[in-house]
Amino acid sequence: MSTQIQDVALRTALASTPRPPRAGALSAALTFGWRGMLKVKHVPEQLLDVTITPVMFVLMFTYLFGGAIAGSTGAYLDYILPGILVMSVLFTTVYSGVALNTDLTKGVVDRFRTLPIWRPAPLVGALLGDSVRYLVAGTVIVVLGVILGFRPDAGVPGVVAALALTIVFAFGLSWVFTTLGLLLRSPNAVMNAGFMGIFPLTFLSNVFVDPETLPGALEAFVDVNPISILATASRGLMDGNADGADIMIVLGVAVALTAIFMPLTTKLYRSRS
Amino acid sequence: MRVLWVMTSPLALEASGLAKSFGDVQAVAGVDLAVRSGSVYGVLGPNGAGKTTTIRMLATLLRPDAGTASVLGHDIVREADAVRGLVSLTGQMASVDEDLTGRENLILLARLLGLKRADAKARATELLEAFDLAEASGRLVKNFSGGMRRRLDIAASLVVTPQILFLDEPTTGLDPRSRNQVWDIIRSLAAAGTTILLCTQYLDEADQLAEGIAVIDHGKVIAEGTPAQLKASVGSAALHIRLLDPEQRSDAERILTTELGTVHLEPDPAALSAPCSDADRAAEAIAELARSDVRIAGFSLAQPSLDEVFLALTGHTADDQTGDSPVEGRPA
Repeated sequence: MSTQIQDVALRTALASTPRPPRAGALSAALTFGWRGMLKVKHVPEQLLDVTITPVMFVLMFTYLFGGAIAGSTGAYLDYILPGILVMSVLFTTVYSGVALNTDLTKGVVDRFRTLPIWRPAPLVGALLGDSVRYLVAGTVIVVLGVILGFRPDAGVPGVVAALALTIVFAFGLSWVFTTLGLLLRSPNAVMNAGFMGIFPLTFLSNVFVDPETLPGALEAFVDVNPISILATASRGLMDGNADGADIMIVLGVAVALTAIFMPLTTKLYRSRS
Repeated sequence: MRVLWVMTSPLALEASGLAKSFGDVQAVAGVDLAVRSGSVYGVLGPNGAGKTTTIRMLATLLRPDAGTASVLGHDIVREADAVRGLVSLTGQMASVDEDLTGRENLILLARLLGLKRADAKARATELLEAFDLAEASGRLVKNFSGGMRRRLDIAASLVVTPQILFLDEPTTGLDPRSRNQVWDIIRSLAAAGTTILLCTQYLDEADQLAEGIAVIDHGKVIAEGTPAQLKASVGSAALHIRLLDPEQRSDAERILTTELGTVHLEPDPAALSAPCSDADRAAEAIAELARSDVRIAGFSLAQPSLDEVFLALTGHTADDQTGDSPVEGRPA
């Protein structure tokens, strides 16, 4: 029986820990981001939803509607690809809320909440980890687009800029869904409520069609929908003719969403028992 | 001044009038605690008594509705962040991440507590070996056995040695071997000077490990003292005997009265018991019954159970909690 040996090891283990200075805010958040990455490493299948769904969207919309809406699939692909990029990445943000809600049912959250760390760190870190998922979804779409014949004028730098802008906006929007994830009781409820919001918002934008063909009131809504502005900015960045004002609006909305919903999420995360 | 400071410092944890309700249900209704630095203190009570809610308040996870508590002089509400730097909690639900490996769990916590990457890895290795988890360290925690999971959970609380360790029912649901391992760990921790607040529903466990015990029921402390004091208030251990032939009970009663003093006749006509805490004397009494041809079906020498403690202290047994008690600390 190794009890005595173990007892010695235990005592050594207990004796040898001077308390280090507290982890910095960024370091703590990045550590939680690492946690998200580890989960993907152990269960890579969870990347299926951010790879298969975008592929389906691109293929379905291009070949189903391309001829009818834009005259040819090639012409429609140029219009829709930046939009599909936006849509797929934004759809993925709902899963951030679902994942947080699932996490809350586990005891490990109690431990995180008793650590002396920057309060929003677990949430910021989780969203940083999710940003990698957004990046995967975006990359899949762009690569598939190029295979299908998409040749953006602004080349690689334009695509990277569009992808970056979309991910920044997605990061801001995720906070809405993490708030939802803390308010609702089950992962399913978060999923349903999330898509009930994001689905119409995405379709009532200029992602799929030029708003000029729409009835007046609808067109007015579509024009101010931040998702339209994001899609327009992404197209502009890929084509090399982006409007700086659009980009500023997109960044402004992302900052505003973060400023409102990050403190709210943090407060709810702390107080939820 | 200095003398006063020395006199007041040994309390690691103080609570007075802590209360917490969930909706209409009052889970904790005014709990007072005083835990000496370096001791193991047991909070003993049945499910739904308010143990977990109390521990969650002390660990800054729940905000008390009323009352105050401090950990090494830091108020748990006003100085919650300072308290978080002093305590660790091993919760009733495993407070480790099931989707990561054992090693990853420890590295994650070490990094969050401020250890540098290399130090975090070294610390994880050290703890995995000390807790006999080195072999399984690369496995996902969801594939751990209950005992391994609990050991990892305690190890996770010790990544940086806490001033106070909260253990919420650390052996509930474990097999006897795993339970003994956890007890050994708690003893080693106590020997190393860590203050431990141990919530348990087993009198046996509190008796084995704690130097002070608070018995809690319906959200209130109903008795407090050393294990010996507590058991004395309930009555001592007793020798329980069941006879093969109920006809022989009066003979048995006479012999046991001579040997052990008082005898108590049980409702079962074949059973009787006598207070006795000395195994040698019990053995002699059994031998005397055998010599007198009183035939015995079975016997036991038992400490008072939690049920008996509760019966003595409250007039009801530990199980006798009609469904009105909330699930420990996790409403909805």
